[in-house]
Amino acid sequence: MNRTIRCTVNGKKKELSVDIRQSLLEVLREELGLISVKQGCAAGECGACTVLIDNVPIDACLYLAVWADGRSIRTVEGESKNDKLSRVQQAFVDEGAVQCGICTPGFVMAATAFVEKHQGQKVTRNEIRRGLAGNLCRCTGYDTIITAVKKSLDEDFFCYDENSGGRRFRPA
Amino acid sequence: MAIGKSVKRIDAVAKVTGRARYTDDFFMPGILLAKYLRSTIAHGRVTKIDTRRAQRLPGVERVFTYKDIPQNKFATAGHPYSLEPEHKDVEDRLLLTRHVRYWGDEIAVVVAENNIVLQEALQLIDVSYEEYEPLVTPEASLTEGAREIHAGSNNIIGESQYAVGENIEKALASADVVLEGRYRTQMCQHCHIENHIAYAYMDDLEHIVVVSSTQIPHIARRIIGEALGLPWGRIRVIKPYIGGGFGAKQDVILEPMVAFLTLKLGGRPVKMDLSREECMIGTRVRHPFDVKMRTGVNKDGTLVALDIDALSNTGAYASHGHSVAGAAGAKSRALYPRAAIKYHARTVYTNIPAAGAMRAYGAPQIMYAVDCIIEEAAQRIGMDPVEFRLKNVARLGDFDPLTGKRFESCGLIECLQRGKALIGWDEKRAARPKKQTGPVRRGLGVACFSYASGTYPVCMEISGARIILNQDGSIHVQVGATEIGQGLDTIVAQMAAETLGVPFDRVHVVSTQDTDVAPFDTGAYASRQAYVASNAVFRAARELKAKILEHAGRVTGILGGELDISNGNIVHGNNPANNVVSLREVALDAYYDKDRGGQLTAEISYKTRTNAPTFGCTFVDLEVDVPLCKVNIKEIFNIHDSGVILHPVMAKGQVHGGVAMGIAAGLYEEMLIDTQTGYIYNNNFLDYKIPTTVDVPDIGCEFVETFEPTSGYGNKALGEPPIVSPPPAIRNAIWDATGVQINELPMTPHTLYKHFKKAGLL
Repeated sequence: MNRTIRCTVNGKKKELSVDIRQSLLEVLREELGLISVKQGCAAGECGACTVLIDNVPIDACLYLAVWADGRSIRTVEGESKNDKLSRVQQAFVDEGAVQCGICTPGFVMAATAFVEKHQGQKVTRNEIRRGLAGNLCRCTGYDTIITAVKKSLDEDFFCYDENSGGRRFRPA
Repeated sequence: MAIGKSVKRIDAVAKVTGRARYTDDFFMPGILLAKYLRSTIAHGRVTKIDTRRAQRLPGVERVFTYKDIPQNKFATAGHPYSLEPEHKDVEDRLLLTRHVRYWGDEIAVVVAENNIVLQEALQLIDVSYEEYEPLVTPEASLTEGAREIHAGSNNIIGESQYAVGENIEKALASADVVLEGRYRTQMCQHCHIENHIAYAYMDDLEHIVVVSSTQIPHIARRIIGEALGLPWGRIRVIKPYIGGGFGAKQDVILEPMVAFLTLKLGGRPVKMDLSREECMIGTRVRHPFDVKMRTGVNKDGTLVALDIDALSNTGAYASHGHSVAGAAGAKSRALYPRAAIKYHARTVYTNIPAAGAMRAYGAPQIMYAVDCIIEEAAQRIGMDPVEFRLKNVARLGDFDPLTGKRFESCGLIECLQRGKALIGWDEKRAARPKKQTGPVRRGLGVACFSYASGTYPVCMEISGARIILNQDGSIHVQVGATEIGQGLDTIVAQMAAETLGVPFDRVHVVSTQDTDVAPFDTGAYASRQAYVASNAVFRAARELKAKILEHAGRVTGILGGELDISNGNIVHGNNPANNVVSLREVALDAYYDKDRGGQLTAEISYKTRTNAPTFGCTFVDLEVDVPLCKVNIKEIFNIHDSGVILHPVMAKGQVHGGVAMGIAAGLYEEMLIDTQTGYIYNNNFLDYKIPTTVDVPDIGCEFVETFEPTSGYGNKALGEPPIVSPPPAIRNAIWDATGVQINELPMTPHTLYKHFKKAGLL
C-alpha cells in the first residue's frame, strides 16, 4: 500500500508516494538518489545511514518513510553549498578523518548535529566521544574524527583531555 | 616534491559530499536480487530439498539448489595463481553445497524481484537433513575416527615447519633457563562497515560483467572463470569505491555466484547484498590459534631459542587455509633473527565459519604468543623487559636466517627507545610502589613485532602502472593496485608527481578498477601495494618523463639532455627557474602536430623480488580495576619503522585504525560459538562489540623513518602491522599491574574474572 507524504529534503519541498513498508533509507536512496545514505546493518547498530530529521540525528534504516511526513530531512548531499564544503565536511577532509568513506556521510551528519548543538560551548574530547557513540567506524580508530569535530566547534574554546588529567588537548 | 607531504587525500571530498559511488550505489532498472538459503545445522547432509512452493511465489524468478550448479571445485583465496603445485590453494568449494559444513552453509539460492518476496520465498523451501555431530574444536575434529569434513583430508588441511640456527633441542638444552607456555587466540570478524555485495550482468552473449566490493579484482576475474569453467577473458570485474575489507574481501565470496546467476538468467542484472548477520558468519573470520611455546634464555639476557608450535583452525572451508599459519611464522622470523627458531604449524578443518585473511594474516596470533613468553623470560632472569628486547631484536646488518637476505633497513631499536621515552617507562616504574594492593592497579606493558612488505618469495609480486600525458599537459595514472580506503590512490599520485616533476594536483589516478582496462596487479593484501606499486610507478614515471623530454627537445630545439621537468614546466636542467616551455605546449604538439609525436605514455609491469621486513612496537600504560575486572587504557603508543613515510596524516590514520582494532582484539571482540551445535550467538553489532568512539582512547603514534632501498621511494609496509602488538602489550601490562598472566584472548571482564579468581585476587 502506498501513501503520499510531504516533506522537505535538503531544503527542497517534496511530495512522495511511498510504500508504507519502506524505510526512509530506501526512499532517500532509491526515489531521490541520495546515495550518501549508506546501509551497514539495517538494524540501527552502525549509524552509516544517519540523517537529520528536524535537526536530530536518526538512523534512516529504522525510520519508516511515512513517518517523515511534514518533517525536514538533511543528508550530506545538502551540506555543501555552491561547491563549498560545510565547516564539518572541511574539517573531516583537513584532519584525515576519511578513509574508506562508507561511514563518513553518517558521521558528518551526526557531527553536524553535535556541532550545531554545542557551538560556542566548552566541550571535551570525551564529550565529543559520547555525542558520537552511535556511529561506528572500523578504519580510523576515531582519533581524527574526534579531532575534526573539535576543530568544527568554536576555536576560541579549549578542548580538554580528561584522560590525561585535564591537560589542554593538543592535536597530533 | 610530493613524497612525505600530507597532501589532500584525493578521494576525501567525494566521500564527505556523499558523491563517491560504492557497489550498491549504481542503480539498474529491473535488477534482480538473490539470497542464499543457509543451513540451520552445522554439520550434515541434505537428504531432501523441495523448492516448488518458493518457485511458484509471484515475483520469484528462479530457485537454484546444489543440484543445479557446475561441478567445478574451486579455491576462493585471493592469492595469485601459483605455478607450483605445493603452493596451490585448496579447491574445496562449489557454488552451493549438499554437504553442510557450518551453521549457515549455502545450499540454495533464490532470485526474485525484491527483498520482501525473497525473504518469503526462502521460508517456503523445505529441507531435510541427515545430521552429523558438529566438530567445533580442533580437538574434536582430530579425534581418532572423527568424520571427515572434506573427504580425504583427515580434517587436516596443511602442515609445515622450518628451523633456523642451531638445532632447537640442543639450543634449549644449552640455555640457562627454559620456559614453556600455551597461548590461545579467538575467532574475530573484520566488521568492515560495507557488507559484501556484488552484482553481475551481460552486455553481449559472451562476456560477464561483475561489479563487486573486492580487494582483488584481477584475482576475482580468474576465480570466477575457474568456478564457472569459462575462459578468464570472458569475465570483467569492476571495483568501485569499497567500504573497508581488512582481508575479508581478499577472498572471492559472491562474485562467482552472481556471474553464474546472470549467465543462467539471460544476462539480466542480478545482485547479492549480504546482511550484517550473513556477513559475520558466511564470509570469513580470523583463524583461532592455539600456540605452544618453549623458549631458552641465558642469564645475561641472550635469547637462545624459540620453539613455536601452532594449531590453526580454518573452519569449514580452506579459503586461505594453511597459508595463514605458514605466513605467520615466516613474518615473525625477522624479529629475533639471532636466536635458534623452530616453527611448526598445522591447520585443521572444523564446523565453524571459514577463516581467511584478516589484517596481519596470522601475525597477531603468533606475535601474541611470542611476546607473552618473551615477557616471561625477561621477568624470570630479572631483566627489564624493554632492555631484554633491545638486546635481542633485529638490528641493521642482521640477516633473515632462512633466506639469508640482509635487512636493508631496520629501525626497531630506535622504535623501542622512542616508545620507552614517550610513555615514561623508567620514571613511572621508579615512582610506583613495589607491590600494588588496592582495587585499582597500574601497569606498563611493551610488545614488538616484525612483519613483511608482501608475499615474495611464496607468491610472485607483480604490479602494473600506466601513465599518460593528457592533451592539456595533465597526467592520468592507472594502476592495478586497489584503493580500499587505505589511501593508495593518493600515494600513487604522490609517487607519479614526485618522479615526473609535476604538481600533485595535476595528477589524476583512476580509482575504479576495471580488469578490462586496468594494468595487472593482484590487489590489496599483505600490506604490499605501496611497496610493490612504488617499483612500477617509479619506473613508468621515469620512462614517461624521458619521452616527454625527448619530445620537448624536438619542440624547443634544445637537445643533448639539458632539459628537465620542474613544477609542471620544461626547464633547463642547470636553471630550474627558467621555464623553457610548458608541459601543455609539449603535450599539444605531441598529440596534434601532423608529422611528429603521438600519445606519450609509459606502461610498466614490474615484479618485485624482494620483501622488506617492517618493524614496530606498542607501549601501554593502563589501570586494572580488579573487582570490576576492567581495563582502562591511560596511554598507548605505537611506534613504527615503515621506511620513508609517504603521507604522514594517512600513515597515522593506518596506525590509529590498526591500534583500535588491536585493542578490540585484546579486550573486547570474540565470535561466540555454541560448542554443541556450532551456532554463532553474536552475528551482529549489538552482540559482537566492535569499539565505538567511547571505547578507544587517544592513540599516540610515531615513526622512526628509515630508507628502504628495495622500494621506489624508500617505503615499507604499514597497513596491517599496527594491529599486531597492542594485545600482547596490554596483556603484559595487566600482568605488571596484577601479577596475573592472561594467556588467552580476548581479555574481557569475563576472562579476567576467571584468572583473578584463580590467582586469589577475588
